[in-house]
Amino acid sequence: MADIVFWVISALTVMSAAFVVLNNQLVYSAVALLFTLFGTAGLYVFLWADFIAGIQILVYVGGILVLVIFGIMLTNKIKSVRISHKSMQQGVGGVVIFWFFIFLFLALTKAPWVVTDAVEPVGTVRGIGVLLLTDYLLPFEIISVLLLGALIGAAVLSRGDS
Amino acid sequence: MTVDYIFDFLTGLLGGFLGSDYLLLASMLIPCLAIFGFITVYALIVIYAELKVSSFIQDKVGPMGQGVGLHAGKWGLLQPVADALKLLLKEDIIPSSADRPLFILAPFMIFIGAFISFVAIPFGESIIVADLNIGLFYILGVGSIAVLSLILAGWASNNKWSLYGGMRSAAQIVSYEIPAGLSLIVVIMLAGTLNLQDIIKYQEGGIFNWIIFDNPFVPIAFVVYFISALAEVNRTPFDLPESESELVAGFATEYSGMRYAFFFLSEYANMFVVSAVAAAGFLGGWQSPFAGFMSTPAWGVFWMISKTGFLIFVMIWLRWTLPRLRVDQLMNVCWKVFLPLALINIFGVAIWTVVFNS
Repeated sequence: MADIVFWVISALTVMSAAFVVLNNQLVYSAVALLFTLFGTAGLYVFLWADFIAGIQILVYVGGILVLVIFGIMLTNKIKSVRISHKSMQQGVGGVVIFWFFIFLFLALTKAPWVVTDAVEPVGTVRGIGVLLLTDYLLPFEIISVLLLGALIGAAVLSRGDS
Repeated sequence: MTVDYIFDFLTGLLGGFLGSDYLLLASMLIPCLAIFGFITVYALIVIYAELKVSSFIQDKVGPMGQGVGLHAGKWGLLQPVADALKLLLKEDIIPSSADRPLFILAPFMIFIGAFISFVAIPFGESIIVADLNIGLFYILGVGSIAVLSLILAGWASNNKWSLYGGMRSAAQIVSYEIPAGLSLIVVIMLAGTLNLQDIIKYQEGGIFNWIIFDNPFVPIAFVVYFISALAEVNRTPFDLPESESELVAGFATEYSGMRYAFFFLSEYANMFVVSAVAAAGFLGGWQSPFAGFMSTPAWGVFWMISKTGFLIFVMIWLRWTLPRLRVDQLMNVCWKVFLPLALINIFGVAIWTVVFNS
């Protein structure tokens, strides 16, 4: 049962991701991205990472994807824009892809994956919170300051020279 | 969890005939169908309530069964049924210049967004479809599907009123999510968990143990959450996305028949979800207001539904009492009043907890 659900979610993720890349209409790509992001959240749930799955939906679907679709839909005559995905430099590209595939294949097969017991953790939120405020306090604070800087920068840039 | 109970029951009943995979699938589908039925019945009741409450506020009688032949039953009780039938039988029109796939997808998406929130709503001590560890967070997260589907609906209709409505709703929901989320952080800080069942269990033992009466800052958080939630479900005084006098019907302008009904249904379903979160987070959920008084599981469902129902009634009451805000007022209230207030609340609750509760 869990296997079937896993394969369904994986297939949904991969297929919608392929649709995002191969489709030449921006709006449909953005909508397909929704399914990719949900599929990824589903895969996180399979890894017992419930909090990360929630964050994935809240940040990527609720924030970033809304912003993307907002941008696309405010663009005038977006449907007449044809995005080309014609292949160019096929020889060089083929070589790069071949070696990249070999590299990924080796990395995936040779890597010493840590396999933990398939026991359900009691929930990851508490652990993440404790770690963020003890061992990883400095990175956490640096990220906060960085994001604050980005926020102020965006506000300054969008206000212009006035 | 309900799924486990149903699974055990089905295994006892049919364990010899079917594999456990089928039974697990069935025990997941049954609560889903139950939720679907619940939303439908609830929508009929709340539509009737809306008609009647609005009439009483405006000093009218509302739907009444009068005359002979086809009429809406005693006190107009059949009015919502007639409305539902009308919506079902109406012609389904898709504008020729609309973006067909997205136009069709949007109503389903908004309904799914409302539907999957119900999965994590606790109706009783063991009556919850999925007792998620991140229940509260999950409901906040999947609420964002509504934003997407509203923009899609507005854009796919290929109509300037629809697009304006979609844009307004997106701006409004994204903005008001922030004060709503920050107010719920107060609840999470006090209960120390994101699990809705544990949040409710934390409030055990009568009305004064409810989180809203925990300290003087929480009632402010509750009010901020409730008003932000009102804005998130696009209800008056925050119904700018579909303001009839400016935008015809906003994002729903081009929709008719069943597709329109889906928007309607999801609005009411979302009202239930935000009210249920407020009831569970601040008002003790399925806990009885008096310790040990009417606190059996069946009464738990009663308490949960009545607390939620009361909040929904307040929403209807506000809708028919207050005029609509202007766009600039809407944004000012969110960013200049609610956001600072919500942040001050978090500090206030933290300091109060450190000083008095430890």
